[in-house]
Amino acid sequence: MTDIDDRPAQRALARPVRDGMALGLAVGVSGVAFGAAAAGSGMNVAQACVLSLLAFTGASQFALAGAVAGGAGLIGGVAGAILLGSRNALYGLRMADLLPRRGVRRLVAAHGVIDETTAVTLAQPDAAAARLGFLATFATIYLTWNLTTLLGAFGAGRLGSPQALGIDVVGPAAFLALIWPRLRAGRTERAVGLAGAVIALATTPFLPTGVPVILAATAALAGALISPQPGAPQPDIPQPEVP
Amino acid sequence: MTAVWLAVLLTAAGCYALKLTGLVVPKGVLSNPRVRRFAELVPIALLAALVAVQSFTAGQSLTIDTARLAGLGAAVVALLLRAPFLVVIVVAAGTAAGLRALGVA
Repeated sequence: MTDIDDRPAQRALARPVRDGMALGLAVGVSGVAFGAAAAGSGMNVAQACVLSLLAFTGASQFALAGAVAGGAGLIGGVAGAILLGSRNALYGLRMADLLPRRGVRRLVAAHGVIDETTAVTLAQPDAAAARLGFLATFATIYLTWNLTTLLGAFGAGRLGSPQALGIDVVGPAAFLALIWPRLRAGRTERAVGLAGAVIALATTPFLPTGVPVILAATAALAGALISPQPGAPQPDIPQPEVP
Repeated sequence: MTAVWLAVLLTAAGCYALKLTGLVVPKGVLSNPRVRRFAELVPIALLAALVAVQSFTAGQSLTIDTARLAGLGAAVVALLLRAPFLVVIVVAAGTAAGLRALGVA
């Protein structure tokens, strides 16, 4: 670092923008994977795009695509997808003081409350930088995620059958990548993950599609009762690397 | 087709409502550590369940699809090697697609 730049305030505000755009671009391009998974599941291009535009939270979107691919149990699929979005409510709780408090601006900001924006926003040293970081991450990831959803949904249908392209593995691989950092966080996390998987598999033959996944939430309930650990919820992803 | 549209719109509405809830509710509501812990653990339980269900079932029956499991195994290796998200996905799908193209699985 040189001492030539004597505008520390501007430098301090350039950083959240840079962090947010870098993370937004890196994660946003994963929309192509969602687009492909959605097209492979039987959603049409418009449905995939509307889901990315209006739901705008990856895990829930992949979950709904999986339910559509399953053919039946759309109600269970919707419930599971919404339940997966519940962590965004916690992120919002932590960011409420930093984001616009009323009016249309709050309604718009709410749409951007996801894993990645939370990671960047809460990593900033002060409120002004936090707001800027939120805005940069939200704008970048929203644009990229939606554009690449369109690309993925459009492209996958033209390249070949979902099965031949291995698109049936995209969902499970994406979910595994999403929980990977959390599984490394502790023994309770791993136990809850394993229990959730076992509960879902064991009940699949007996319950309508989608219900076993919701039932897996009881593993989280047990985990919370057995090992409550005070502390704030952390976003899924590591903090963006700053050189 | 209309059922899928309904599912898309309901999911979108539910997800947005949850995001807004966090900004609107008073801070004290989720101050209970057990409630917070539950909310932290819910995505882990659900996502792990989804991995299991989408890997080992077809409809309501348990099944083993060698190509799919190989793809998932490749994803695990990529994650252990700290590959970025998109690389993990491409490696997993590529492995399954490759095995199927070769007629091995």
